[in-house]
Amino acid sequence: MERPKTLAEALEALSRDGAQALGGGQTLIPTLKQRLAAPSVLVSLSGIDEIKGATVADGTLAVGGGTTHAAVAREAAKAYPALAWLAGHIGDPAVRNRGTIGGSLANNDPSACYPAAVLASGATVVTNAREIAADAFFDGMFTTALEEAEIITAVRFQVPERAAYAKFPQPASRFALTGVFVAKYADEVRVAVTGASEDGVFRWAEAEAALTARFAPGSVDGLSVAARGMIGDLHGTPEYRAHLVKVMTRRAVEAAD
Amino acid sequence: MAMVCMTVNGNPASGEVEGRTLLVEFLREGLGLTGTHVGCDTSQCGACVVHLDGAAVKACTVFALDCEGAEVRTIEGMANPDGTLGPIQQAFQDHHGLQCGFCTPGMVMSAAALLAETPKPSEAEVRTYLEGNICRCTGYHNIVKAILAASGQDVAAAAAE
Repeated sequence: MERPKTLAEALEALSRDGAQALGGGQTLIPTLKQRLAAPSVLVSLSGIDEIKGATVADGTLAVGGGTTHAAVAREAAKAYPALAWLAGHIGDPAVRNRGTIGGSLANNDPSACYPAAVLASGATVVTNAREIAADAFFDGMFTTALEEAEIITAVRFQVPERAAYAKFPQPASRFALTGVFVAKYADEVRVAVTGASEDGVFRWAEAEAALTARFAPGSVDGLSVAARGMIGDLHGTPEYRAHLVKVMTRRAVEAAD
Repeated sequence: MAMVCMTVNGNPASGEVEGRTLLVEFLREGLGLTGTHVGCDTSQCGACVVHLDGAAVKACTVFALDCEGAEVRTIEGMANPDGTLGPIQQAFQDHHGLQCGFCTPGMVMSAAALLAETPKPSEAEVRTYLEGNICRCTGYHNIVKAILAASGQDVAAAAAE
């Protein structure tokens, strides 16, 4: 294991064959234990202070890629309460003290919470090499636009006028069985759904159009979500998740402030 | 193998570890501090919770080498200097907050982290904070009582059923 102190040292270490970045390790370490990954070198990002912490300027919240969920829950509470609430309900307190926003986004678990916030906020994922719009970042289950040895250094959120995240938790894993993040901006409403689709996080276009026309819980009542392509497992059928998408969207609109 | 150095319960601790050595393995097998338990080894159960630079973490899901230079506190560091039980530990005994005791080290460490953040938590806050700590004996009620008592609150009204 390498433990660089700077981003430059981390990038150099990651350029080696078989090297893998390690964020907070709350997904990667269990994955290694199951022998689902076997990198030759782990490059721990936890000692790199320059990618930690949250700052606010001109209605934009910038969160360092190495910021833990617990730190986002604290530091974004005033600037972006819906994001802070989401961060404060990932996993459990001990997991939140280690897991990071950059690690969660790079992994893009189809049931992770952060992808919903990033996509619904139209956030910008900043890496060592470039800036990636949220709409171009998520590329299906466990897949993103990130290249090999590319590190998420920050995520920039345009803070919406109103927003909320409604999570239906799967109580054993503490992931979202279905979670919906709704963000209302001056000119549009964005709705992102996690935990439901086999393709990972997605935007629900019909709900966005209805909520842009009228931002009220009842606006989604006449809509329906097709079960096709939804995740089916012992925790819920595709039909159940499709139903939850609508219910959780409604709840998020009700909670949005 | 690589050398790792940290402070554990206020004392310097170091040892040779592999890259894959987990913090909990270093504590138990390297330092002989077997109070920290391994329950599930999948970061679900919370029996292995310790404090890393003041924050509760699951020691089964942190690499030892990632703790270089860190301050670690384990259940062995929770007793009073004279060896008697610390206030949270004593409250667990007084309120029957344990039966088999396997989850107790993690429960006590999570409780200590909660009370450091929130000195007078409500019953709901205690239960929410313990989401990542699983107990298969007590049904949690007496654990919640013990933590409320350790915070100096009256537990007669709380968690009665």
